[in-house]
Amino acid sequence: MAKAEVQRPGTGPGEPDSERREEFRTLSGLPVARVYRPQDVADLDYERDLGDPGQFPFTRGPYATMYRGRLWTMRQFAGFGTAEESNARYKYLLEHGQTGLSVAFDFPTLLGYDSDHPRSEGEVGKDGVAIDTLADMETLFDGIPLDQVTTSMTINSPAAILFAMYLAVAEKQGVAWDRISGTIQNDILKEYTAQKTYIFPPRPSMRLITDVFGFCSRHVPRWNTISISGYHIREAGATAVQELAFTLADGFEYVKAGIEAGLDVDSFVPRLSFFWDIHMDFFEEIAKLRAARRIWARELRERFGARDPRSWAMRFHCQTAGCSLTAQQPENNVVRVTLQALAAVLGGTQSLHTNSMDEALALPTEKAVRIALRTQQIIAEESGVPNTIDPLAGSYFVEALTDTMEAQAYEYFRRIEQQGGVIPAIENGFFAREIAEASYRHQLALKRGDVTVVGVNKYVQEDEAPQPILRIDPGIEKKQVERLRRVKAERDNARVERCLKELAAAARGTENLMPYILEAVRAYASEGEIVGALKDVFGVYREEPIY
Amino acid sequence: MDRPIRVLVAKPGLDRHDRGAKVLARAYRDAGFEVIYTGLDRSPEEIAEMAIQEDVDVVALSILSGAHDVLVPKVIRLCREAGADDVLFLAGGIIPDEDRPRLTEAGVAGVFGPGSDLDEIIRFTRENVRRKVPR
Repeated sequence: MAKAEVQRPGTGPGEPDSERREEFRTLSGLPVARVYRPQDVADLDYERDLGDPGQFPFTRGPYATMYRGRLWTMRQFAGFGTAEESNARYKYLLEHGQTGLSVAFDFPTLLGYDSDHPRSEGEVGKDGVAIDTLADMETLFDGIPLDQVTTSMTINSPAAILFAMYLAVAEKQGVAWDRISGTIQNDILKEYTAQKTYIFPPRPSMRLITDVFGFCSRHVPRWNTISISGYHIREAGATAVQELAFTLADGFEYVKAGIEAGLDVDSFVPRLSFFWDIHMDFFEEIAKLRAARRIWARELRERFGARDPRSWAMRFHCQTAGCSLTAQQPENNVVRVTLQALAAVLGGTQSLHTNSMDEALALPTEKAVRIALRTQQIIAEESGVPNTIDPLAGSYFVEALTDTMEAQAYEYFRRIEQQGGVIPAIENGFFAREIAEASYRHQLALKRGDVTVVGVNKYVQEDEAPQPILRIDPGIEKKQVERLRRVKAERDNARVERCLKELAAAARGTENLMPYILEAVRAYASEGEIVGALKDVFGVYREEPIY
Repeated sequence: MDRPIRVLVAKPGLDRHDRGAKVLARAYRDAGFEVIYTGLDRSPEEIAEMAIQEDVDVVALSILSGAHDVLVPKVIRLCREAGADDVLFLAGGIIPDEDRPRLTEAGVAGVFGPGSDLDEIIRFTRENVRRKVPR
C-alpha cells in the first residue's frame, strides 16, 4: 500500500514529496534528516568547539599544518610465514613507497605460545609472522635500519616481550633507543572486550602496561607506548558510537592507571595514541574522528589536569573496515576501501592502513596489497583532498553529527561509571553484551535488506570466477619448530633459567618488569618461556561467553 | 518425542574471531535449536569431548585463522573415533574455495563463508541433520 504523501516545505514545482524510505539512518542507527540548516548548529562556538588545527580542542586536527606539512604515514599491516618471508614483504612494501612498517604476528605469538607448543598446531605463520625468540626478530628486521623506519607492532598481552625484542635488535644494529620510533598496540582492555587475545587477568595486565609507560618515558622517548584501539571493538560488531565511547573510556582508564602508578600525567600521555576502524558510512566516520579528538582534549585538560598541549592532542592510526569486505565480487572492495580511506583522510588521520580486496578470502596477495597502497597514494597525490585542513568543518550536517556522536559517547561514559568503571564493566560482561546485541541487530538488518551490501544481499552474481589467493606453505611450521630447537640448543640455558627466575621474582613484587624482560630476551629465552614465567605469578584469564 | 536439534557451535584453535560464531549461536537459538557454544580457545580434543558429552546432532566449526586444513579434519576424526559417527559437521569462516573439497572429503557436509545467509545455514542444518535415536 502506498504511503500517503505528506506536504512538506521545500518541494520544488512538480516534484513529488515522497522519499525512498520511511526514515534514514547512519550505519550505526543515528537518524539522518533530509537537510541540515544553520539552526542545527546554532550553539556551535568556533573557539570553544572547533578551534584551528593544532589548537584546543583539536577537533580540526592535532597539528597546525596537517598534510600540508607531511602526508599521513602509509602503513600496511603485514606479516606471514617465517621471519624471512615477512622481511621480504616489508622490503617489497618499502620499495613501493610505503613509509612505515606494521607487523602482524601469528596467533601463537599473540597468545604467548611457542611454535612447538601443541596448541600451535596448524596455526604457525598462518595469520602473521611466527616469532619465538630474539633470533626471529633479528631476521625480521634484517637489512632494515631501525632508525630509518617507524614500526607498528600489533601485539597486546605479550607486548612488553616483543617490544623488548625490538629494543634488543636496535642494540644489535647499534641504534640508540632514543632514535627509534613506532608503536606497540599494548591495549589490553579492548582484548577483554573484543579482540580476545588476552593471557593474564586484567589487573596484572594493566601493570605490564604501566611498566612500559614508565620505561619508555625514561629510555625510549619517541615510542608510542600504546595504541588504544577501537578497531577490534568495531570489528566485533559494535556501532560507531560504541567504538568511540568504549575506546575513549579505555583511554581514560590508562591515564588513571598511569597516574595511580605514580607517573606525572604529562610524562606519558603525549605518547598514547589511538586506532580507529573506518567503516562504510562516510560522514559518520568523519564525525567520529572529529568528536574523538574533541572529547579527549577536554577530558585531559579538565578532568586529568594535563598542562602539556601534546597531552590534549589526540593522534591516531586508521584502518579501513575488514568486516565491510565481501568475499563476493571481491573487486568491489577496492571501491569500498577507497571511500573509507577518503573518510579517514578527511577525518585527519596520522597513519592509514588500507585493506586489500582479497582479505575476505585469505591473506592478501602482493598485487592486492599494491592496489591498496596505490589507493592511498592516489588520494594523497592526485585528489587534492590533503591540500586544505578539515574541509568539512562548518558543514551543518557534519557538525551536527559530530555533536550527536559526542553526546552519545558521554551517555555511555555515564553507564560505564554506574558500573564502577571499565574493569568492573568488563568483568560483568557489559561490553560483551552491548557488542553482541549490536552485532546481531546488524545481521538482522542485513537479512531484512535494511542495510545493503552490494554483491551480498543485492546485485548478487552467481558463478563468480575464482580469485587467486596467497597460500601459506604448510611446511613453515616444521621449519619454525626446527629453528626454535636450534636456538634453544645453542644458547646458554643456565643464563635463560636465571633470567626467568629473576623475572618471576620481580613479578611477585612491584618493580618495573621491563629490565627483567629485556634480560631474558637478550639471553634468547623464548616468548613462551617468558609468558610461562609470568603466568605462574599472574594466572590466566578465561571469559564467560555471551551471545 | 521429538527433541530439538542440538548444536555445538565451536571455535577450534587459537583464532579469536568470534563474531560469526556468536551470531550463528544466537540465530540457531532463535530458530528453536538447543545451542551449546564452546567459547574461545578450544583444542580439537576438548571440542570432540564436548560433542560426545552433550550428545549433539550438529557440530558447527567457525575458524578464521587459516588453520581449518589441520584442525577441522582433526575434530571430525576425534569425534568419529569416540563413536559419534552420526553427527553433522559444518564449517564456516575464512575458507578458500579450493580448500572445500578436502574438507568435504574429511566429512564436512556444508561450508559457509563470509556473507552466508543465516536462514540458509539453518535450513541446511534442518535438512541434513541425521536425527539420532534417543539414547
